[in-house]
Amino acid sequence: MTNFSPLLETRNLAVKKGGTIILDVPSLSIQSGKILALIGPNGAGKTTLLQALAGLSKPPQGEFFFRGQPISSNHDLFQYRRKLAMVFQEPLLFDTTVFENVSAGLKIRGLKRGEIEKRVKENLERFGILHLLNRSARKISGGEAQRVALARALTIQPEVLLLDEPFASLDPPTRESLIEDLERVLRDTGTTTILATHDRMEALRLSDHLAVMNHGKILQIGPPVEVMNQPLDEFVASFVGVETILYGRVSKKERGSFLASIMGYEVEAVGEVELEETVVFCIRPENVTLAPFRPSEATSARNVFSGKIIKITPLGFFYRVQLDCGFPLVAYITGHSLENLSLQEGKEVVASFKATSIHVVRKRMA
Amino acid sequence: MDLIFEGIIKAFYLLIMLDSEVLGITLLSLQVSGTATLISLFIGISIGTLVALTEFPGRRFVVSLINTGMGLPPVVVGLLVTIFLWRNGPFGFLGILYTPLAMIIAQAIIATPIVMGISLAAIQALPKNLRLQILTLGATRFQMVWILIKEARLPLLAGVMAGFGGIISEVGASIMVGGNIKGYSRVLTTATVMETSRGNFDMAIALGIILLLLAYLINLVLTQIQQRERLR
Repeated sequence: MTNFSPLLETRNLAVKKGGTIILDVPSLSIQSGKILALIGPNGAGKTTLLQALAGLSKPPQGEFFFRGQPISSNHDLFQYRRKLAMVFQEPLLFDTTVFENVSAGLKIRGLKRGEIEKRVKENLERFGILHLLNRSARKISGGEAQRVALARALTIQPEVLLLDEPFASLDPPTRESLIEDLERVLRDTGTTTILATHDRMEALRLSDHLAVMNHGKILQIGPPVEVMNQPLDEFVASFVGVETILYGRVSKKERGSFLASIMGYEVEAVGEVELEETVVFCIRPENVTLAPFRPSEATSARNVFSGKIIKITPLGFFYRVQLDCGFPLVAYITGHSLENLSLQEGKEVVASFKATSIHVVRKRMA
Repeated sequence: MDLIFEGIIKAFYLLIMLDSEVLGITLLSLQVSGTATLISLFIGISIGTLVALTEFPGRRFVVSLINTGMGLPPVVVGLLVTIFLWRNGPFGFLGILYTPLAMIIAQAIIATPIVMGISLAAIQALPKNLRLQILTLGATRFQMVWILIKEARLPLLAGVMAGFGGIISEVGASIMVGGNIKGYSRVLTTATVMETSRGNFDMAIALGIILLLLAYLINLVLTQIQQRERLR
């Protein structure tokens, strides 16, 4: 698309509850076709922000601009609401069949029966639940119910999709396969999406932009790699900035492991991937070992890189050491090691980490 | 024992022969209580839903009033309706005291708080986010309320049963505002009271059996709907 102006822009979103401000977002713009993840602990204001963006705050809050047009009257607000869809943590299905559930948004809009049937089936197919068409929504599993809820939202063909922790109450395998399917559907349809989650990996995997929230405020917003590697403040660092996040491309597959090139460096990791695929590596700082020079004999760590110490930050019992190895890398070491190695900013050091200690996230690119 | 035995035989005879007086009384009972139930559904569900969905000062007080109304004594309603419809009363000019219409009004007043209280509870029991979910599906406020009522249809059906059951078996208000006039405002309950006081136990038993059967049949139908829905 050649249109770079934001799809949705808001100004001065502020929600109060019993005298305390629970949401304070001076400005926010949502880019068309992108996925924005809102991440933060419980009570950070993610749900409040989503509901405000859905025009559900009472009394109505802030100024909204959709495709540059202000939303000023109640009628505008209603028309705007018809452009979006929302999925909650609970599926909130109606006590009727799956078909009736998924067709609800279209029936509300008064579409013709034939068109409704076509779109409902298409969306059930997308989520792999066409066989549930005539089943009662009360008689399906939790994972199936959440798929129905997502299909119901996407059947509207919303211009903005709001997802409020849609996977939070699912067990890990169900959650995994649903995330995979949702990711595919969102990329295929190019639906602009805002996803609230408290799960870093979920956010990293699905989002193009990441906003970290706490106490009703957006603390930092940007591409996930930027936010996770360069947290602006202590809270962001502690919440999402734990791992070093690196993008790479799979260059060579070996038995049980693979090599990916990251900014020209080959890094070994373990996992099932395809050649040439883009992967995201998450390296926990406590898994990175620092040494004064390269080990002479082969160690089990094949990933050995020399780098320069950029910054040392004391974090209670240990120190956070930020390195530049040609790519960014963060290590935690104890005060004892810091003294023994006589580390200081600007000094060269050798960092190593095991292939098995890297968490690999496969990411479909937009 | 003979009394009861003979009464039952006579009752069945009256039933099987479709005694025209008994038939008339039965039909009037159904008509009066059926109409009153419909009126109470309309008012009870509307106001019950409205109270369930809106926040306003004094809401708790209103809810407590509705809940008290669910146990409104029929004789008190009968007394109030009689006073209002009395020749010199505020609505005396209508001249409808001792008519089936007056009975419908009294019975509707008894059934409405029952339906209202159950509707209120049924709508409130729906998940809180369901309203938001329906609005984000693009519903107007009216569409949202309609979908919520459909979602609460099973407990609402219980409200219908409670309301109808309460007034078809009610006697105090009916006798006070209807007058138990033969062939005009005599219903199953008022007739049963009268026949019993006269010592016509056979007739009283026949009427009692019909009343039980009616209440049973109507609840059977509603229960069928309710249970079928539940199992779907």
